[in-house]
Amino acid sequence: MAIDIQMPALSPTMEEGTLSKWLVKEGDTVRSGDILAEIETDKATMEVESIDEGTVGKIVVAAGTDNVKVGAVILQLLEEGESASDLGAATAAPEPAPVQAETSPEPMSEPTPAPVMSSSAPMTAQIANDPDIPTNIKMVETTVRDALRDAMAEEMRRDETVFVMGEEVAQYQGAYKVTRDLLQEFGERRVIDTPITEHGFAGIGCGAAMGGLRPIVEFMTWNFAMQAIDHIINSAAKTLYMSGGQMRCPIVFRGPNGAASRVGAQHSHDYSSWYANVPGLKVVAPYDAADAKGLLKAAIRDPNPVVFLEHELLYGESFDVPDMDDFLIPIGKAKIRRIGTDVTLVAHSRMVGRCLEAAEILAGAGIDAEVIDLRTIRPLDSDTVIESVKKTNRLVCAEEGWGQSGIGAEIAARVVAEAFDYLDAPPERVFQVDVPLPYAANLEAMSLPGTEDVVAAAKKVCYVD
Amino acid sequence: MAASKKTKPKKSTLKVGQDELLGYYRDMLLIRRFEEKAGQLYGMGQIAGFCHLYIGQEAVVVGCRSAMQEGDQMITGYRDHGHMLACGMESRGVMAELTGRSGGYSRGKGGSMHMFSTEKKFYGGHGIVGAQVPLGAGLGFANKYLDNGAVSLAFFGDGASNQGQVYETFNMAKLWDLPVVFVIENNQYAMGTSVERSSAETELFKRGISFEIEGVQVDGMNVMAVRDAAQKAITHARSGKGPMILEMKTYRYRGHSMSDPAKYRSRDEVTKTRSESDPIDMVRARLLDEKWADDDSLKAIDKEIKAIVADAAEFAQTSPEPDPSELYTDVLLDAEV
Ligand SMILES: Cc1ncc(C[n+]2csc(CCOP(=O)(O)OP(=O)(O)O)c2C)c(N)n1
Ligand SMILES: [Mg+2]
Repeated sequence: MAIDIQMPALSPTMEEGTLSKWLVKEGDTVRSGDILAEIETDKATMEVESIDEGTVGKIVVAAGTDNVKVGAVILQLLEEGESASDLGAATAAPEPAPVQAETSPEPMSEPTPAPVMSSSAPMTAQIANDPDIPTNIKMVETTVRDALRDAMAEEMRRDETVFVMGEEVAQYQGAYKVTRDLLQEFGERRVIDTPITEHGFAGIGCGAAMGGLRPIVEFMTWNFAMQAIDHIINSAAKTLYMSGGQMRCPIVFRGPNGAASRVGAQHSHDYSSWYANVPGLKVVAPYDAADAKGLLKAAIRDPNPVVFLEHELLYGESFDVPDMDDFLIPIGKAKIRRIGTDVTLVAHSRMVGRCLEAAEILAGAGIDAEVIDLRTIRPLDSDTVIESVKKTNRLVCAEEGWGQSGIGAEIAARVVAEAFDYLDAPPERVFQVDVPLPYAANLEAMSLPGTEDVVAAAKKVCYVD
Repeated sequence: MAASKKTKPKKSTLKVGQDELLGYYRDMLLIRRFEEKAGQLYGMGQIAGFCHLYIGQEAVVVGCRSAMQEGDQMITGYRDHGHMLACGMESRGVMAELTGRSGGYSRGKGGSMHMFSTEKKFYGGHGIVGAQVPLGAGLGFANKYLDNGAVSLAFFGDGASNQGQVYETFNMAKLWDLPVVFVIENNQYAMGTSVERSSAETELFKRGISFEIEGVQVDGMNVMAVRDAAQKAITHARSGKGPMILEMKTYRYRGHSMSDPAKYRSRDEVTKTRSESDPIDMVRARLLDEKWADDDSLKAIDKEIKAIVADAAEFAQTSPEPDPSELYTDVLLDAEV
């Protein structure tokens, strides 16, 4: 039997790709390790290596074919002693490709959140806390990844002292491609690849900030910033105070925070509440692309150290971003993303999307939810939340991290203290199961809070089942 | 490129016996075939997240392992599949951890980067670059404290060798003469960054000089050279003279992880290393030269290895997912008081 070589997945979320080029032709002998073809997705070009030995019997999918499904047979390899006649049977079999495609696995990762935002009408009216956007401004659909990139590029054009450093930010264009093209535009002086030495370069960043520069320090992910947390807190956050106001440390620490997909406990930690605990820091955690851009620009201009928590699973999501020269969003202001009267749902980062989805489901059950996107978690805009609770009388706080001493716990405490008499039910919290994040697909799915958990919590505070 | 003519691999004349060399061949081939299969399962969506393959570096771990004694320990980072197989952990259990199933060494809860076997003295499987270095020295500390005669081997990459905690560890390991061997697997890249772009001193075996730690550079593509160097370093550590650093010059053929397009190096560079310095080809050539094996006997070994790997893959795909109750176990142990 000839060996069927299938279209591989480059990542757990890939479903199809382009077969750009064949590097072998029919009749070639192939050893394990030889490169057979190049395939391409929107993110990368990769080489397909053979892991078998044999002779190329038949190239099933031609070079240049787009939308080749993962799992489809792209080439048939003849094993030793086989000839083209052994292929006949295999290729003559009716429609081999779809059969293969059927056995191709389900994407293991969670489905990416539907872009509830961009389409639903009530949202656009709700930017009470944002600067006035003139009505004639064009909206441009932008990914969160590109919005962050644009924010850095604009600020670097504006201010010579702004520079970016971190692992793989320059030549590799960013481990998650957030710093794409910055090296090309700003050169090696301002876009700097560091060794894998988080504690060292975070400290150098703080020192450079004290010396008059405005560093943007990228952590490949926030998990690795645990190596550097001493500088973030002891050097960046406390120096202004300890110096009686003399010393400045205007620095932005940024990178993806929280769970990615199937990367296990050491690579999936949400640090929101850790940094939110520290006076002397500002902590920002945007959800959509416009906020990512406007808040990152504000963070870079801020005279204080800012911890900027992004989310890997949002990088590829697209949202409308106003096409304005200087689009800034003030740090410290929450945003009401959906107006409602029955229950207040509060979240930040990716959980905002979950809450918006939950609100749609709740609407179907006759519950009109208000959704508040915190955007900044220090300083925390509890006024906006409290005003909302005074109207809805019910509160659900949702976050991706663990519950104990979490952001939800803080909000609930403030609401209880300041609006106790308005509450018709004890506040509910939605958070990650209280264990390190497991790798197994089923356990991972059980661990992380989702839309259904928000819906259930909202129903609970509304005493509906 | 494919179907290219095979240039002759480099030869090794270092002393070795027939059984020993056949053992190296088998062990390295198992790692190679296992990793190729893991790559394939990743492409099929059976394995997810980060998956770092060891292809090209097999001689390092197999050579080191052959110099270790019963009771000696091993610890490494996330590129750990080869180390586990070399320690004698079961292919089935490793592969099933990659697929996140209950038959995996961590019962599906750890994944590719996090596996352990106290029985086989393999201490992980760590995701934070550099963290395994002080941990490895800590195992050495315990060995010395317990006076059990064991030596710990801590493996880490060229990229990891720039982490601050590595130098804090070097200092203490020498200060206290801990029985630990630091094995730097210099595969010349840390993700997309070459050693030249990350390191002021690129000769990594010299990194211990200011701590009075002797360092040696080793051809990490030659399993016999690795074995000889490891033997010397392990004996040194076991005799109470403290740590040594072995810089293994090696190469990873694949991308950093499965989703790395590896555009930072040329295809020629990869092909050249593969065709001229492949550690398995080198052993194979020697086996044939010495007439310790012929094409048929080597084919038989290939077949046997393929069967082990196929069985592991089958097991890894049919082993059930962990029971939902597993989510809550193993967070804390019950205290006695
Ligand atoms: C503290 C920390 N920083 C960054 C990372 C992300 N990361 C994982 S592997 C890696 C490259 C390490 O290269 P090297 O030490 O040479 O080992 P190799 O991958 O070549 O085996 C990086 C930057 C991490 N896991 N931990
Ligand atoms: Mg390396």
